[in-house]
Amino acid sequence: MEIPYTVTPRRETGLYNGKLGIWLFLASEVMLFGALFSSYVLLRVGAEAWPSRMLSLPLGVLNTAILVTSSVLVVMGWTALKLRQFERFKLFQGLTLLCAVVFLGIKSVEYRQKFNHYEVWLTDKGLEEFKAAHPDHEKWLKPPGVIPGKHSLTGHLADGRSFYDHRKMRANGDKEVVLTPDSIKPAGGEHAHPIRLAAAQIQRLSAYVPAHSSYFAIYFTLTGLHALHVIGGILVMAYLWGPGSRMWKSEPERFTNRIECSVVYWHFVDFIWLIVFPLFYLL
Amino acid sequence: MATEAAAQVNGDMNSAHEAHGHQGFVSKYIFSTDHKVVGIQYGITALLFLLLGFLLMLLMRWQLAYPGSAIPLAGGWLEKILGDVARNGKMTADLYNSFGAMHGTIMVFLAVVPLIVGAFGNYLVPLQIGAPDMAFPKLNMMSYHVYLWGGLIMFVSFFIPGGAAQSGWTSYSPLATVTPTMGQTFWLVGMVFLITSSLLGSINILVTIIQLRAPGLTWMRLPFFVWAQFVTSWLLLLAFPPLEAAGIMQLMDKVTGSSFFLPTGLVVGGQPMDISGGGSPLLWQHLFWFLAHPEVYVLILPAFGILAEVITTNTRKNLWGYSLLVYGALSIGFISFIVWAHHMYLTGMGTKLSTFFQTTTMIISIPSVIIVTCFLVSLWGGSIRFTVPMWFCLAFLPMFGIGGLTGLPLGFSFSDIHLHDSYYVIGHFHYVVAPGTIFAIFGGIYHWYPKVTGRFMNDFWGRVHFFLSFIFMNLVFFPMFLQGIYGMSRRMSDGGATYAQAAETGVVGLPQWAIDLNINITQAAIALGLAQIPFIINFFWSIRHGQPVESDNPWQSTTLEWQTPTPPGHGNFTKPMRAHRGPYEYSLPGRAADFTPQNEAEPKQ
Repeated sequence: MEIPYTVTPRRETGLYNGKLGIWLFLASEVMLFGALFSSYVLLRVGAEAWPSRMLSLPLGVLNTAILVTSSVLVVMGWTALKLRQFERFKLFQGLTLLCAVVFLGIKSVEYRQKFNHYEVWLTDKGLEEFKAAHPDHEKWLKPPGVIPGKHSLTGHLADGRSFYDHRKMRANGDKEVVLTPDSIKPAGGEHAHPIRLAAAQIQRLSAYVPAHSSYFAIYFTLTGLHALHVIGGILVMAYLWGPGSRMWKSEPERFTNRIECSVVYWHFVDFIWLIVFPLFYLL
Repeated sequence: MATEAAAQVNGDMNSAHEAHGHQGFVSKYIFSTDHKVVGIQYGITALLFLLLGFLLMLLMRWQLAYPGSAIPLAGGWLEKILGDVARNGKMTADLYNSFGAMHGTIMVFLAVVPLIVGAFGNYLVPLQIGAPDMAFPKLNMMSYHVYLWGGLIMFVSFFIPGGAAQSGWTSYSPLATVTPTMGQTFWLVGMVFLITSSLLGSINILVTIIQLRAPGLTWMRLPFFVWAQFVTSWLLLLAFPPLEAAGIMQLMDKVTGSSFFLPTGLVVGGQPMDISGGGSPLLWQHLFWFLAHPEVYVLILPAFGILAEVITTNTRKNLWGYSLLVYGALSIGFISFIVWAHHMYLTGMGTKLSTFFQTTTMIISIPSVIIVTCFLVSLWGGSIRFTVPMWFCLAFLPMFGIGGLTGLPLGFSFSDIHLHDSYYVIGHFHYVVAPGTIFAIFGGIYHWYPKVTGRFMNDFWGRVHFFLSFIFMNLVFFPMFLQGIYGMSRRMSDGGATYAQAAETGVVGLPQWAIDLNINITQAAIALGLAQIPFIINFFWSIRHGQPVESDNPWQSTTLEWQTPTPPGHGNFTKPMRAHRGPYEYSLPGRAADFTPQNEAEPKQ
């Protein structure tokens, strides 16, 4: 006996097996991301200070546009298949894949910008010394955020390295850190000269990584999980675009169904991004 | 097909296989996409994990009864395998903690759920709905393999430096995060595998039930077992992902040093933690119990399903209140999503929340009582066959009753304050799962064994297995209620001895008899272990030497799985199935046989 309804829909449900399967899968995905979004809300409500506008809005908007475009393209590909225009399908599916890859590329640029961007909190004594040594400290010191009551400096390390922190500094026995601080007054003002901070003055030093704060922890978790979904989508759609498309010759109906399922999934990935984007880039 | 039909007439199990027998061992038994083989793979693996979980418990019980004394027999082995944590064959507190955490994890996620959903669900659901296989056979194979990998990761974690996870099966943060060993990381990675596996499995079962029911098999003609699997799969599908999210976040805390579950100002061992802080330990508990309470119903609903099949077959009458059972199971499914925080009364989450969750908890006991009552009433007026599966299922009813009723004081926030985290809790949920669900599993194994192998399991040794298990289960778990009421904490590696000393210093302590009960419990646990030997031997011996079945329907049951050849070949049925009636039409008046299979048409007038 063959398994029924692999291609044609069952009358009562109007669905073939694969389509029901992908919808159930997405139901579970809603719960997965739902739990993370709830965690975002809980962490943010419970936080004393929540950073905002820490990310590059232009890059975020660009990525959103790319992902929305890919969602349109992927449907055009499926429509082309329904119209039996295989070559047009190949074109649109290929463009979708291109969008997905570019999205990941931009995302990785954004990640990289965070990995080598630092925030440093000085000890009470260190802060006094810093203020004394730099009369113009006002334009660098950020108001308290992650650590209550503690002012901080942000900027890049002079040697541009990533993933450095105070633990490594102490473990390596580094004597000082050379920081090129960001000006906050006026925002984005002239680029400051590097300043030297002795290791003894530093209480905590962290790149914009998950250990930095709840904000970056949930940012990397959510966008990382979303990126994994994008990668999964790329793998499946690339297979269906390349070697998997041979099925078009033998079982066109079934192939079109497969594409339909991948389209449903891809829309979901897009939909998740449309929630992630305002949570981190706008609010 | 012709060969298969002939095979069915002869009842010859071998030729049915030969019709599809051109596969190698690997593709047939390891990378099989046949739902029956996948079910058996799940079953064997999960039974092994069940044994492992039981053995861990025996070692812990020794430590509780005789704290600090060398473990006989196993002690030397433990020292050889695990090293310093079992020096001189004695169990250290660290080892006790990791055995405790892994006993819970293994029993719930690697033994009972894979048995009752992975094995029984996979094997029986397609057969009972008249389908040739699961809707997605390859996904089914993948689900088992991912489960196996998850299990292996968990298993390997015993042997890494520092040992397995130590923070309880609930893995509460911050404890789980700040414990400096790698065990928790392995646990989390293993859980991600197990969750993925159960996700694939539950999608498969849902699509199979919704799409592949045979013609005529309407929803209200489904065997109750299928309904139970249906509701269970929804729970697995929707409740597990939040734990996956929580697991990912705890993994981030462990690996990247983030602070999802670590609050500001956390001090560990007198030292302020070097973290960003700002996280919430309560968040972990909410996400964990959001899964873990529905998980309780994942454990119990399929057990109800097995009960329905065994009871109807062995009472020769229809279930009393079939639709009540169905709606009861559905209501349990819905309500189970809004009771989770009754595990958290003591966290200081606030009395308003406690009141809400206490109310929903009392409400969910109503459908549970309805279901058990239906089974009880179903026995009324039946001509009961006291077969081994029936004994197990009959014992289930009072045992689950004890487990359920002792849950009520835990569901009320005022009485939970006293009982929380005590042995009373252990007694309560073990009554639900051990003589409850595991008895149903045993019953199911004895009941469907003839369909899977073509032979019965030995009846006498089955009875020995049942009666001894029944007696010793009670001797193990009942004293725990007393210990708990007198205040013995559930996580002490010395069996409460520290509390006894507190009594001498004028603090209200634990009476000596409550501590001494530990010895009785341990003796009963060892006896319970010995009582499983007849089962293990019977299980393997009967594959070749059991009494062969004389027909494809040896229990004279009505549901569709008995209409297949024995054992069912690839593709299950030799002719297309069509259901003409409800699932349990036994003893219909005016018929020669006392059972009418679902696929039998009404005789023409």
